Amino acid sequence: MQPLLSVTGLEKRFGGVTAGKDVTFSLAAGEMLAIIGPNGAGKSTTFNMVGGQLTPDAGSIVLAGQDITGKPPREIWRLGVGRTFQIAQTFISMSVVENVQMALISHHGQTRSVKEAATRLHRDAAIGFLARVGMADMADRPVNELAYGDVKRVELAIALASEPKLLLMDEPTAGMAPKERTALMQLTSDIARAHGIGVLFTEHDMDSVFGHADRILVLVRGEIIATGTPDEVRSNQRVKQVYLGEAGSQAALKARRQAAEAH
Amino acid sequence: MDLSFFVIQTLSGLASASSLFVIASGLTIVFGVTRIVNFAHGSFYMLGAYMAVTIVPWLLEFDRSPTLFFVGVLASALVVGVLGVIMEVVLLRRIYRVPELFQLLATFGVVLIVQDVVLKIWGPVDITGPRAPGMRHGIEILGQRFPAYELFLIFVGPAVLGALLLIMHKTRFGVLIRAATQDREMVGALGVNQAMLFTGTLFLGAFLAGLGGALQIPRLPANTGMDLSIITEAFVVTVIGGMGSVPGAFIAALIIKMLEAFGILIFPKITLVLVFLLMAVVLVVKPWGLMGKPEVASGRAVLPEGILNLKGFSRKETMVWVVLTLALLLVPILGDTYKVKVGIEIMVFALAAFSLNLLIGNGGIVSFGHAAYFGVGAYAAGLLVTGPLKAPMELALVAAPLAGGLAAALFGYFIVRLSGIYLAMLTLAFAQITYAIFFQWVEVTGGDNGVVGVWPSRWAATREVYFYVVAVLALTSIVALRHLFYTPFGYTLRAARDSANRADAIGIDVKTHRWLAFIVAGAAAGLAGGLYSFSKGSIDPTMISIAMSIDFLMMILTGGIQTVMGPLVGTAVFHSVKDFFMPLTDFWRFFLGVSIIAIVLIFPKGVVGALDGLRERLGRRAPTPATPAAVARETA
Repeated sequence: MQPLLSVTGLEKRFGGVTAGKDVTFSLAAGEMLAIIGPNGAGKSTTFNMVGGQLTPDAGSIVLAGQDITGKPPREIWRLGVGRTFQIAQTFISMSVVENVQMALISHHGQTRSVKEAATRLHRDAAIGFLARVGMADMADRPVNELAYGDVKRVELAIALASEPKLLLMDEPTAGMAPKERTALMQLTSDIARAHGIGVLFTEHDMDSVFGHADRILVLVRGEIIATGTPDEVRSNQRVKQVYLGEAGSQAALKARRQAAEAH
Repeated sequence: MDLSFFVIQTLSGLASASSLFVIASGLTIVFGVTRIVNFAHGSFYMLGAYMAVTIVPWLLEFDRSPTLFFVGVLASALVVGVLGVIMEVVLLRRIYRVPELFQLLATFGVVLIVQDVVLKIWGPVDITGPRAPGMRHGIEILGQRFPAYELFLIFVGPAVLGALLLIMHKTRFGVLIRAATQDREMVGALGVNQAMLFTGTLFLGAFLAGLGGALQIPRLPANTGMDLSIITEAFVVTVIGGMGSVPGAFIAALIIKMLEAFGILIFPKITLVLVFLLMAVVLVVKPWGLMGKPEVASGRAVLPEGILNLKGFSRKETMVWVVLTLALLLVPILGDTYKVKVGIEIMVFALAAFSLNLLIGNGGIVSFGHAAYFGVGAYAAGLLVTGPLKAPMELALVAAPLAGGLAAALFGYFIVRLSGIYLAMLTLAFAQITYAIFFQWVEVTGGDNGVVGVWPSRWAATREVYFYVVAVLALTSIVALRHLFYTPFGYTLRAARDSANRADAIGIDVKTHRWLAFIVAGAAAGLAGGLYSFSKGSIDPTMISIAMSIDFLMMILTGGIQTVMGPLVGTAVFHSVKDFFMPLTDFWRFFLGVSIIAIVLIFPKGVVGALDGLRERLGRRAPTPATPAAVARETA
């Protein structure tokens, strides 16, 4: 089967710094793919090349059979890529449901309409999307009164409202309490599976990555050093070295043994 | 063009560039550190000149030596520097964290206050300063005489640039200025005494403005119009050079003044247009100016200053507005001529203010030059009626919104490419350029005097009938504009204001929507201008002036930019108060300046905002939560 997203040989340099070198991977519909790596590994660069915020120097990005390399973000959105931000971006002067209605208005090409009141448009559909993320009962609350975890859910509903094929999530759990993190990641993977949406996400929280990703991509200095299931990546020697260093990885082993003995 | 002429033009261009740089460098340094665009910088320049024409002649009575002349110039600049310190401690310190719109307005309040103070102390007559001893004569260059003082000025700019670069790189104070320009929050986090840094920066900035003003006295008599004429030029220089960049200001001043020196040979009348074109090109290619850096976005979600939660009218509110409208419509029947005149003006200004709030309150697009579109509409209508066409009023009132919309389309195309403070400065610069064009194009526009004889058609010639013409056009336009706030288009503008990133990510073309909003608002302001010209029977440049733009801003701030209907209340209150008090005092500007600062400091939500707050407090027994806007201001 043809993958939803296939990225081949992406290259990106900023002056002398290589932020992407022969980055190649693919993502299937309904799959959760995490990109991890140390700071400055090129996670955001890869992410922004797929989202259209950056143009790659070489390589190609194909979404559902269509070449989207170097297209502007709005064009890429139109072809079915939604995104969420590291710091949740919502329309904070609006209510929860109006946020989603706004996305639907844009999805239906009605942003220049001056006929009827915006609040009357797509309200039911918007509540439907809110129900998917468990926020339907808060529909009429102002979004700036919500707890941050709920804002993240609203942002997810906004992204889903454009019926994306692919969802780009930049550090989806940043700034959230540990309990909220699991809930959000579980919700995301349920939705992804149920609706066949591919999810590409970056993350610093390793529990979220190893607990919810189907596959993991490890980037170091712009290069992919490992790909595979969470188990494969966990046991990969190079990954351990990169993340913890020789001494660090031995210390970690020791700590784990001690923890096991203590139980 | 012979060689000597070329050399002379180059030299006078260099002399002007040098003077302009001295002033603009202070503006750009102050902005770099405090992130406040200081309107009062022009006032410091003017005060520098007035100080110098007072101090220097007094010193020269002791001894007519060049040394004493320059001692006097430096002393004047020092005095102005101290005034800068006072302004920082008394005002700026309190407004570092308020939204840009309020900062700009507050410093403009200082401009107004200084204008009246200068008028009171030095009087309205221009004061000619002494020439610099030892530099009174011309120097022969290729057979042409060139003033020695101009030659001296050419060297002042590079000398100031050198001194500033030395300060910036060799002193702790200068290093802190550079650090704060790059990342103000980081400097604060490192435990630097920010209060001292900011006060010192204001001293330096005001000193440079004062120096620039004091150095002008042999060339230019001290006059009361100096502040606003220089501030536009200084704005253009800092925008082109990149805000916060001293070398950028130097290069920009050079380019602009050389362009003017030689542009005047090719297009003697439209050197201004050349400057405008240059600025437009630079901003499209490099939106942060030649040597500026993009503003660091904080990334935090801060509640925007403007309309929050849009509600429809409750039944009671609908009743109130219907009753108010009916009462207004009864004015020509019950009221006297004076009330009819004030009623017309309030409706006209209400339309202009309402359209401005579509941009500011709803779109977060802080326009400081709305009078440009109002004025273009007024002139379009007035010139059609009085010019060779002798068009009827009906046609003129169609042309007015078209002209306003066209001007907004032209300027807005560039304006929407920017954001924040750059955007605000560009709106102002375009408005000032429009003003200058109408002011200087005497053959067509009548220059300073304007054009008289802009009368309505015969059927609408009486004040009462014209009142109803205005009522129909202004009120329906306001109702239509109000509808816009609630439509998908209005929501899209507000969405882009709340989060441009999020709007972009759901496929909204932010720039195009802002541009369309600009055109709509410009057309509405143009119609208001057209209606105004017929009510006054004349057109003149005050209708495009910066004071007019500030009046519009004051109207929406008096009413409160957090509400849709606020601007209407604000217009009624502001205009009635102004119309009542202005004839009673010689110090109207002083009081206006003080009230602007008072509104910014104590009353930032306006009348309607305050009423809403009061209603909320009375409605609930429980302790009321802090209003969102206030919270945002505290956390910002």
